[in-house]
Amino acid sequence: MGFPHKPHPKETVVLSQYFGDPEARTHKGWVKRGGYEALAQALKMEPAAVTDVVKESGLRGRGGAGFPTGLKWSFMPKEKKRPHYLCVNADESEPGTFKDREIMRWTPHALLEGTAIAAHAIQAEVAYIYIRGEFTEPWAIMEQALAEANAARVFGKIAIHLHRGAGAYICGEETALMNSIEGKRGNPRIKPPFPAAAGLFGLPTTINNVETLAAVPPILTRGAAWYKAMSLSNPKSTGTKLFSVCGHVQRPGNYEVTMGFPLKDLVYELSGGMRAGRTLKACIPGGSSVPILNREETERTLLDYEGCVAAGTMLGSGGVIVFDDSTDMVYQIMRLARFYAHESCAQCTQCREGTAWTTKILERILAGQGKTKDLDLLLDLSENMTGKTICVLSDSCAAPVVSGIQKFKNEFEDYIAGRRKPMLVA
Amino acid sequence: MTVTEEYRPVFAGKVQDELRQILTRYPTKQAALLPALWLVQRERGWISDRNMTEVAEALGVTPAYVKGVVTFYTMYHQHPVGRHFVQVCTTSPCNICGAEEVVKALLQQTGANDPGATSPDGAWTIVEVECLGACGFATPILINDDFIENVTPEKVPDLVRKYR
Repeated sequence: MGFPHKPHPKETVVLSQYFGDPEARTHKGWVKRGGYEALAQALKMEPAAVTDVVKESGLRGRGGAGFPTGLKWSFMPKEKKRPHYLCVNADESEPGTFKDREIMRWTPHALLEGTAIAAHAIQAEVAYIYIRGEFTEPWAIMEQALAEANAARVFGKIAIHLHRGAGAYICGEETALMNSIEGKRGNPRIKPPFPAAAGLFGLPTTINNVETLAAVPPILTRGAAWYKAMSLSNPKSTGTKLFSVCGHVQRPGNYEVTMGFPLKDLVYELSGGMRAGRTLKACIPGGSSVPILNREETERTLLDYEGCVAAGTMLGSGGVIVFDDSTDMVYQIMRLARFYAHESCAQCTQCREGTAWTTKILERILAGQGKTKDLDLLLDLSENMTGKTICVLSDSCAAPVVSGIQKFKNEFEDYIAGRRKPMLVA
Repeated sequence: MTVTEEYRPVFAGKVQDELRQILTRYPTKQAALLPALWLVQRERGWISDRNMTEVAEALGVTPAYVKGVVTFYTMYHQHPVGRHFVQVCTTSPCNICGAEEVVKALLQQTGANDPGATSPDGAWTIVEVECLGACGFATPILINDDFIENVTPEKVPDLVRKYR
């Protein structure tokens, strides 16, 4: 569901407060709504003091990893001897996730303000916002907002540039993104060195997700204690989070709730539940790279970092994909495997070969030519694709395959035993 | 066949000024590679080997290096495409909402027939792509730079008429 729409009473509206309000896109409109006050406040503070406020708030990275933001900033050299960089990851490409797109479309200045505050905190004079190539509309809006903010000279000494991607999911991986800005193929780098030591152009760099940075201005103006108090379940997960809900629900769209919110309320109430006559079969709560939940697990999962781990999955990017009982799980898992095979940068053998073979075996099963041992073969392959490569793309391919076989094994067996009509031509 | 036509550089006049402006944003020339390739594609519709050589010369890298980068990213065209280049998302979230039917409808209505092929009149190329990042608005498609949400097979005939 697009904006404007009235927020659901169970939503906690912070980031999405001005979604659907075209005036908030303009510099004038943003200032009228209290925008750029946080930046003015930050620029008067010592960089380390800004970092401390963010640390105290408990804000964690919203791109998928959930690393504490303030702690990440504190890894940057305190004494600046060489240029520092900030990269903003707006390469939103995780299937199921479309929240950063909405932030950039409706509140571009929230992102720009958060970017400038972060740049000040880590003593960077240049920030690059890496926007995926397909996001033509967010790009145009960000470009306009940046021009207006620059004309009003709100960023002090900080220069913010937009950098357009060109179609590569892997560039959402932090070091691949840096390579891409440097004009290289988007291959992830071996870590260490970590970006804070040697990142963009080999210099100290911090990289943050769009949603993470958009949360920073309100933390500064309303205080760390206010942010930290927003937590429904585990004190280690604080604040609000945008969840993108898609798939078989009546009202797909972005919903902002407090950390620890029940997944079942998000799916059944906020998103309007299933279509008439349909029931929930499965749900992927954190973008396609995290393990699939069955119905019973979905109904007891709490949406925060710890709650998702307790349910055997991950909060990831907050991209919630809902599948009803009409779904062919084998086919959809094959589609996901095909996605990862297509997006593998092909540096590591386990990933290049593993994603391709996983896809081939799944296609074979769907063509009615699967063998009984194929499921064990897929699990064995997945094990060899997990924790063995430079980045986690290969692990991400294994997650839906392993959890899918565990939870929906009968559907795979039906194809193999010939009880189900082949979906694909051999 | 011998190529006799003289090469007309992309980076001349206004476009050259744009490239100069882009170069000021980065500490190295090489970092301007992705933006430079975008300029070439905007001006010429696709990126030829000769274009890659020109970019290489402008940025102080080798043509082979440029080709390595061009082939890594899916959005750079290495051959001419239809006047309307259509990208349809068919990854899982859109897939379960009927994206493959949208592809079929587009292929039929435009006469492009085969994904990646161009219609005989040169107007349309339809490709299936992985996640466009608008899963809540299934099925999203891109027609050149126009991002269109909630496309269904029923909406395809009107859409095709509008662009034709």
